[in-house]
Amino acid sequence: MASYGSEIGQGAMVPPASAFRATGKRDSIGSWPLVDRVAYALCWTVGIGLCVVAGAIVLFMLVKGISYLRPSLLLEHPSPSQSQTSSGGFLDPIEGTLLLTAVGIAIAAPLGVGLAVWMSEYQRPAWLARLVESGVEMIAGAPSVLLAMFGLVLFARPALAFLSQTSAGGSVFGRSFLTAGAMMSLLALPLVVASTREALMQVPGHVREASYALGKTKATTIRKVLLPSVRSNIANGVTLGVGRIVGDTAIVVILLGATVRLEGAGGAPVLSTLRGTGGTLTSYVLFNSPAGEGNAHEKAYAAAFVLLLMVLALNVVVMGLSSERSGDRARRWRLVPWSLPWTH
Amino acid sequence: VSSRVLSRGAAAAERRAELALRALAIGVLAVIAGIAITVFSKAWPSFEHNGLAWFGSGGDVDTQFNAMINGPRDPANYVYHFRAWPLIWGTILTSGLAVILGMVVSILAAVFVVELAPAPVRRTIDPVIRLLAGVPSVVYGLIGILAIAPWVEHNLISKGRKRSVEYVVQLTGANLSVATLILTVMIVPIMVAIIASALESVPSSWTEGSAALGVNRWRTTWRVSLRTVRPAIVAAAVLATARALGEAIMLAMVAGSRGFAPNPLDGATFFFEPVRPLAATIIHYIDDLTVVPVGQTLYAMAAVLLVSCALLSLAGWAAKQPMKRYGIRA
Repeated sequence: MASYGSEIGQGAMVPPASAFRATGKRDSIGSWPLVDRVAYALCWTVGIGLCVVAGAIVLFMLVKGISYLRPSLLLEHPSPSQSQTSSGGFLDPIEGTLLLTAVGIAIAAPLGVGLAVWMSEYQRPAWLARLVESGVEMIAGAPSVLLAMFGLVLFARPALAFLSQTSAGGSVFGRSFLTAGAMMSLLALPLVVASTREALMQVPGHVREASYALGKTKATTIRKVLLPSVRSNIANGVTLGVGRIVGDTAIVVILLGATVRLEGAGGAPVLSTLRGTGGTLTSYVLFNSPAGEGNAHEKAYAAAFVLLLMVLALNVVVMGLSSERSGDRARRWRLVPWSLPWTH
Repeated sequence: VSSRVLSRGAAAAERRAELALRALAIGVLAVIAGIAITVFSKAWPSFEHNGLAWFGSGGDVDTQFNAMINGPRDPANYVYHFRAWPLIWGTILTSGLAVILGMVVSILAAVFVVELAPAPVRRTIDPVIRLLAGVPSVVYGLIGILAIAPWVEHNLISKGRKRSVEYVVQLTGANLSVATLILTVMIVPIMVAIIASALESVPSSWTEGSAALGVNRWRTTWRVSLRTVRPAIVAAAVLATARALGEAIMLAMVAGSRGFAPNPLDGATFFFEPVRPLAATIIHYIDDLTVVPVGQTLYAMAAVLLVSCALLSLAGWAAKQPMKRYGIRA
């Protein structure tokens, strides 16, 4: 450093090219103080360590999954049995996962997009907008156990009895795909809101003005101009939301009954299932882990493997969606709206 | 758009659209209010009967739960006696240790990702972090209880250590250290994402200025970039804490599932003692929710979680404020 100073100081009006080259040259790590070198090594260790942990998880589950997963498991209904050989497959939990995700997203997606539109395009009155913003953040930070406990009280009200079953004594059960899905939608909501809102705020103002200049109303502008332009961001938020719903267990255990089979409430076929209880892959894994009653390791590993495959597939979708939106570096981490706890 | 240029019908439609969206926004707030009101009203009897001693220590929580479950069924004689300290202590320990550990790991990892890693490594680590964040907690729990816990039990906990505390508590592979470790893996991705996104938005002129002064790459990162993103680091810690507090399933599986308060005075044995944080306890006793006093006690624990998360959410908001001053979007 002293040497640049002296070179420049030697009176040249234009600093010699070597001065620029010196800064442009990679500073060699060998010349760093020991502390810096240790810290540098630590960074590498941690970075590679994370990759190793992720690799180990995937590899471990892959080995276990391949050794225990058989096609029949995916196609058979589970049956109540203590022995691992006769307890059937996990067709019902897979259906449960799909059904619950569908219900959750069907609520979260329109709600989230609507909320995001209001928050970025209207936000009147301003105090309400601020309140809603912190509200959404609060929901994002709320543990799913808490949401489930709330749902249990809410949906046990006689007025909401149509969402679940009512016992002979007149008490409302409160546990069903509809009620669990409604609470699951709260898990996905903040993710949908954040990615949609973020994208809407990045749409330049002149796009809106151009639409107004053509005589379009604000509602039409939103519907025909803004929302189509942020479609991939909405899809991204929805995918992240699906990931959270698929991975959550607490709501399933508390609010879906976490039964091994889908138990319809009776009545019209689809509605019966929706109003009935059931389980998902996550609750099936929990049930078959040593912590649950089933305690069938092989089934648990196989189901967890399927679950992990679903998550991996969702990851691939998110990556596909993000590469669609050019690779500028600053936005890379925004794919996951960072102010939100984005998983489970 | 001025409503004057619109026909009366279009203006009304505009107004309706806005009102409908505003109703959605109000609905979200109503849900939050509903959560707070229901949880607190359900929880009140438990707090009322125990007073502030609810948060204190005294006796074994599992014994107290059993007394409630087997207690009289008539409302006048409900058993409410409950001292939650072991559970609260378990929550503080698991979340606190995991966040401290996670903080170190995630700062280093974020620096690695943003500043040090060559492009190909960076391209692999990106999906890796997203994957780690996406793995469901039940899968972490399953790996923990079927693979890590048995290994810890056989290799790290000696017979002598087990015997030394056998009259107080049984040591198994499912314990504080395993729970903390897995929880760390679960919260690191979110922290890395937050810190990395902040590091990337540090104005390049600041780091270039430092580099131009001849400061090496590491020092520049440490002294300029990390110092700039301090608020993001705090925000990351806060959000990770909220996540750790709310983690129920994984901790119910691998933390030992016993309402025991590990004693730091036990030395290294402390790390092998079982715990069961609040959220995991809710899952543990969920089948007895219909027993009224148990239900109310569980709601009281949910209320504690609710208040903690609300406070953390507030702290997270406060932590992000300085970032706005630098023009770094939080």
